[in-house]
Amino acid sequence: MTVTTTDLLLEATGIAKTYGAVVALKDASLAVRPGEVHALMGANGAGKSTLVKILTGAVRPDRGTIEVRGKPRMAHSPAEARRGGVVSVYQEPALIPDLDIRANLRLTETPLAPFRHWMDELGISGLDLSRMAREVPLATLRIVDLARALAIEPDVLLLDEMTAALPANLTERVLEVIGRQKGGERSVIFISHRMIEIGSVCDRATVLREGETVGVVDVAAGSEERIVELMLGEIVEDISARAAAGRPAPQAPAAPRLQARSLAAGHGLHDVSFDLHPGEVLGVVALEGQGQDELFEVLAGSARPRHGEIRVDGSPVSFHHPADAIRAGVVYVAADRAEALLMQRSVRENIALPFTTRLAQWGVINLGNERRTVDRAIETLQIDARAGREVRRLSGGNQQKVTIARWVAGGVRTMLCFDPTRGIDIRTKHQIYLLLRDLAEAGAAVLIYTSELKEVQLVCDRAIVIFGGRVVGEIDATGADEATLLRAAYNLTSDAQMPEELAAEVVAGSALATGSDEPSPRSPGAQQ
Amino acid sequence: MTAAVDTVPTRRQTWQEGFAAWARRNTWTLGLLGFLVLLIIFTKLINPSFGAGGISNIAIRALPLGFATAAQAIVVISGGIDLSVASMMAFVGVVTATLMEGQSPEFGLAVVIGVLLLGLLMGLVNGTLVVLTRVPDIVVTLAMSFVWWGAALLVLRTPGGESVRWLRDLALGPIGIDLLPRAAVLLVVVVAVIWIPLQRSRLGLSFYAVGSNQLAAFRSGVSVGRTKVLAYACTGLFAALGGLSLVATTTLGDPKPGPYTLPAVAAVVLGGVSLAGGRGGLAGPLIAVVILGLIRSDMTFLNLNQNLATVAEGVILIAVVMLGSFIQLRRSRA
Repeated sequence: MTVTTTDLLLEATGIAKTYGAVVALKDASLAVRPGEVHALMGANGAGKSTLVKILTGAVRPDRGTIEVRGKPRMAHSPAEARRGGVVSVYQEPALIPDLDIRANLRLTETPLAPFRHWMDELGISGLDLSRMAREVPLATLRIVDLARALAIEPDVLLLDEMTAALPANLTERVLEVIGRQKGGERSVIFISHRMIEIGSVCDRATVLREGETVGVVDVAAGSEERIVELMLGEIVEDISARAAAGRPAPQAPAAPRLQARSLAAGHGLHDVSFDLHPGEVLGVVALEGQGQDELFEVLAGSARPRHGEIRVDGSPVSFHHPADAIRAGVVYVAADRAEALLMQRSVRENIALPFTTRLAQWGVINLGNERRTVDRAIETLQIDARAGREVRRLSGGNQQKVTIARWVAGGVRTMLCFDPTRGIDIRTKHQIYLLLRDLAEAGAAVLIYTSELKEVQLVCDRAIVIFGGRVVGEIDATGADEATLLRAAYNLTSDAQMPEELAAEVVAGSALATGSDEPSPRSPGAQQ
Repeated sequence: MTAAVDTVPTRRQTWQEGFAAWARRNTWTLGLLGFLVLLIIFTKLINPSFGAGGISNIAIRALPLGFATAAQAIVVISGGIDLSVASMMAFVGVVTATLMEGQSPEFGLAVVIGVLLLGLLMGLVNGTLVVLTRVPDIVVTLAMSFVWWGAALLVLRTPGGESVRWLRDLALGPIGIDLLPRAAVLLVVVVAVIWIPLQRSRLGLSFYAVGSNQLAAFRSGVSVGRTKVLAYACTGLFAALGGLSLVATTTLGDPKPGPYTLPAVAAVVLGGVSLAGGRGGLAGPLIAVVILGLIRSDMTFLNLNQNLATVAEGVILIAVVMLGSFIQLRRSRA
């Protein structure tokens, strides 16, 4: 880089952050010049969101420095970052649902005249400021949030996936307004999953991989490939080779076990169809927040679809409760073990839980039977049950094995795994991959979403690609390397269908979800 | 900012539209008010002699519960709960009554100011413990209710002390016409003088913001911890006012906490404040206090068992809150 440090607007160097044993950032740096729109890129888990949290003061780094206009500035709260000239806008608008717009503006001490000016520029004029935020459509709130940020003229405006769920016309206006920020004193840090947006509005891009800044790219025609390359790093050839070698030849196609037809649910899932056959592991390739969460919730029976049909063994089913899904032989393994396990109870009880409830309908639990089945499952899965009295004392990997074991013990037909190896050590990860393959070979059908693209080639036979809540492609997993998968996930291969147009219909009628503090399971069915 | 800035390109709202918007926002409170009017008509029908005396009785009984309810409402709006309200009232009550015994009116004023500060301080302690220890608020304030109760017993073992004369006169008797009891005016004026400016301040906004959505509030630059502590402080202040009103209406300080904490939560809920935080105000809960008082007095007049009145209060609470969520559901679907 030819830039000297003195003319940088914001400079973060040597940022590191660990959460317990997990290293989120090792050595991240970011240098933003005045008057530029700077993209921050990275695959899932590269440390993007941690860096954003550090820049906005929500999280304190373990090491590193941040300078704004050459002066050290480490914010300890969003309020402080805001005073220091760094303001951020997120995909979920930071407006208080139970206050009207005017009160929301007052809360951030936003002057009214510039706010109105930017609302006009962004294409929404005549908004009634006395309306409660929860009564205003979500897309409009996102624009309000942006206008509110622009109105206080921050040195650095940080847009984190702000356009991810905006309708096309609004996205266009937003990009145009952001583009006009160029050349002045102030800068924009822009985060988006859409390469097209990066290409159209950004000057440079900083790429993160595994918690480190691996490169800064001048954005120009053809620089997408370079960015993808940087995000991937060197591709580990041997793993994929091994995976391909150990795979048995595909069996003759049996009747599909699980079928989804035009499934739509919540705000994120619009149109997903696929067939899942017995004996196969089907992968779901998607960037974060492309509707996969809703898809798995619907399939597991914890949310109801807005539209579409699920078929098990050819006949349509409608799940009102996870118990319905379990009865139909569709079981769910979540990324977050805390959602699935009784942390204070023993390994044995946890494994026995689902089929205990079945037997208990006839009265007393047959303890001898239970013990034998559970022991078999513990052995099959090589669960280290020395600390078995309380599941919470097991390692994350062993906990995840327990959640799988409880279904294996009952005899699994269809298993849905949502990011099952999140935060698990590499050895246990491989054991889980092997286990899923074994299950498939024994005739089970497995659907797996993983945030680690490497896993797709290791465990899957096929993979469907979901982007913007729709299936945009299907990949033969054995032949897919990580670059292909990442390109597919970014929807780079086909740009015929823009997800923005589709977002409009969802956004139009939706109100801001009223604020409970903890993320509650989305259940569109429950709201009706 | 100049006035020109505020002009909307569209036409100004007419007062009818303004009123409609205001009514829409305060549906719950207006509904409660309507219910109260019906209840008063009902009372008058079953008891034609219901008048100044009855009103004054209800107002005097509603005064401490009213302050307790205001105290509870503030902390609930900001997303918390305080189970130590009645104990704080008892503590303030015994401190006031003990200090005022045989003292001059001027000294009485100093005591009043002193115990109001004491209330703020107790609230600050509650809030700081909730925020710093991260122990659930319900546990912290339950534990603190024993602490404040114990402190009250240390000051005075049995009911005692006295109130200065002007404090009694402030709460007892009518003001102007017979139908307007001083206790009611006092409650409304004191709550309005503190709450209305507070609600319009940045702090008041922050109460609603934190109660409504903590993450959004945090990202909007609100200091969540500080806001919570200050909400508890306001609760302490209103609890102190409740304690003072106990001394004023009974002319005694009683170390035993009265039945105010949970009835206040009931009035808060009935008054349209969401227990999840962020919604409601103080007007609704205060009307709810009057409604609950009137129901109890009607039951007494009809010679029904007092315990039946308590059962009825419970049933009404559930029915009204269910009706409320039902209406909201209908509206959000429409």
